[in-house]
Amino acid sequence: MDASILNYVFPNDVHAHWTLMIVIYPYITGVVAGAFIVSALAHVFHVKALEPIAKFALIFALSWLIFVTAPLLNHLGHPERAIWMLFTPNFSGPSMMAGFGYIYMAYTILLIFEILYIYRADFIELKKTTTGFKRVLYGVFTLGTDDESKKGLEIDHKISLFLGAVGIPLASLLHGYVGFIFGGVKAVEWWFTPLMPIIFLLSASVSGIAGIILFYIIIKKVTGKISEIKTETIITLVKLLWAFFIFDFVFELLELGVHAYGATSGWHHVSSALHGPMYFSFWIMQIFVLSIVPFFILGYLSLAKVNRKMLFVLSSFVSAMILVQVLFMRWNVVIGGQIMAKSERGFASFHPQLFEKEGIAVTIIMLVAPVVTLWLLSKVFPLWDRVKSSSKK
Amino acid sequence: MSLLRSFVSNIIDFESTPKFEAIEQKMVDRDRRGFIEKVVSGSIGGSLFLMIPMQSSLFAEVLGDNEMITLEENKNKNYAFIVDVTGCIGCGSCCVADRKENNVPDGQYRTWVERYVIDIYDTVYVDSPDGGENGYSVPRDDIKEEVKDAFFVPKLCNMCEEPSCVQVCPVSATFTSPDNFVLIDKNHCVACGYCVQACPYGVRFINEQTKTADKCTWCYHRVRKGKLPACVNACPTGARKFGDLNDPQSEVSQIMDSKEILTVLKKELGNEPTLYYIGASQEVV
Repeated sequence: MDASILNYVFPNDVHAHWTLMIVIYPYITGVVAGAFIVSALAHVFHVKALEPIAKFALIFALSWLIFVTAPLLNHLGHPERAIWMLFTPNFSGPSMMAGFGYIYMAYTILLIFEILYIYRADFIELKKTTTGFKRVLYGVFTLGTDDESKKGLEIDHKISLFLGAVGIPLASLLHGYVGFIFGGVKAVEWWFTPLMPIIFLLSASVSGIAGIILFYIIIKKVTGKISEIKTETIITLVKLLWAFFIFDFVFELLELGVHAYGATSGWHHVSSALHGPMYFSFWIMQIFVLSIVPFFILGYLSLAKVNRKMLFVLSSFVSAMILVQVLFMRWNVVIGGQIMAKSERGFASFHPQLFEKEGIAVTIIMLVAPVVTLWLLSKVFPLWDRVKSSSKK
Repeated sequence: MSLLRSFVSNIIDFESTPKFEAIEQKMVDRDRRGFIEKVVSGSIGGSLFLMIPMQSSLFAEVLGDNEMITLEENKNKNYAFIVDVTGCIGCGSCCVADRKENNVPDGQYRTWVERYVIDIYDTVYVDSPDGGENGYSVPRDDIKEEVKDAFFVPKLCNMCEEPSCVQVCPVSATFTSPDNFVLIDKNHCVACGYCVQACPYGVRFINEQTKTADKCTWCYHRVRKGKLPACVNACPTGARKFGDLNDPQSEVSQIMDSKEILTVLKKELGNEPTLYYIGASQEVV
């Protein structure tokens, strides 16, 4: 019998408990992890075409990283006790959530030092040309050494290379484990799959790359320096996005396909939700409009010869679509899993309000805050290499 | 005993039919369908109350105000909760007793009673308005087909031996006590809600007053005093049974040792509940 007709949910389960905050938490973490991977491709794997955005990608990651905990703290019933995650972690379960504090902390420290070492030469220069507070700030950032010798810069390079190399698995862990938080919950059929961490990781990379493309083009356009963008950089990013997105989308479909083919009793419930309350957000938005359409646009941009202007317009458009796709994917995972009530006979409801503690307005503020932070950070951290920013097209 | 009095007054209201003897005879005849129809219509709660004697204490005696079963002593017990679906009349007394005993906020439930109605085409209708707290004195009017079976299923914490909630709690605020009760330290809980998601039985909620995770504890505070859980104490038909499996004289032990078929909910998940059901048909989730 169709669950939507009977619609019985356990009385404590009537409304989804994890709100928009838990939708945007993996979203923000994903952008962080994805952006770091782009910068690592330049710094660690020396992909030449990506070097112009290597620094930008790091600062972009930092601007989002700062807000990873914001939705979590806003969601907790007792945010003042959040520190217990570090001091009394449940490692005997173990609780996947308990690892968060440590992984997040380790990654934050790593990212900050990666940035400081990569920027050290710039900071020494900036320290000479600035005054007042900024000068003091740069003094601190240079880690107390003005060594500009070749040997000194080589040490910087080696350390940043090492941090970048360690950062790749750490960034993957940061987001892979978020997937585990959901993928390990056997009580929720829609979440319980070993593919969940992989899908989260791939969608993280996708959102990070898309974010880099979109904001790279927007920032350059707004600052009137679009001519500084190398076509090759955008093409490489688009191809990278296409590749990661293919893997991401294929894994999403594989998860669905195997689940459907297995057709366990749990699937019948999932299936009725996908054809009921989740039809629009899953099939129409996540799968069709925001996956199949971008797949073809990205394929076209990657394979066909497109003129520069068209490339920029289409790639920023498709990147925006991908960013929204990942947001829909997070929504469908987090809210979808809760809508499929544990009574197996109906659907819980979720109706976020515009103005409430964890409502739509707060969500928008939390998603805009990293962008504002990026602008603030750009005042201190030059996003682009001045030396290499010739107008080569 | 004011609880009992309020409960009795609740029950009396249900006695809308004078045909006591006839109904009891039907029960004896195990005319399940006729019986269930009467139960659904809420007409025979009282008669059952008159028939079945209630047990008031967990062991021989209830301990005094300043006494408690020691932890060491309690560790030697092997508590089990048995719900007899065939005995539940859906009066909701257990839910009322639980809410009073544990100060559960309105709209949140440590325990609830579900009404199952199955029509001749095997369509299963389940509901639990207000968690069944107000009893089921009014039959469902949205079932067009002839009803073939109907019964009530009380729900509460399954007190799993492999509890998902304990596994996922990031700060160890939810834990299994040395005497094997799954409990919550509400002074330590951060209310992340992970346990709410992880519990397969939907028994957990974030208490809107304390802003911490909350759930049924099988009235641990009462058990340590040698008292039965409030819901067991309030159940007029003995459908809720609680006791020590290490005591061969206890009712739960005797049921365990009998040929009665006991089931647990969502067995396939491997949570190993110590809440058992008698007469829960396969439709019960």
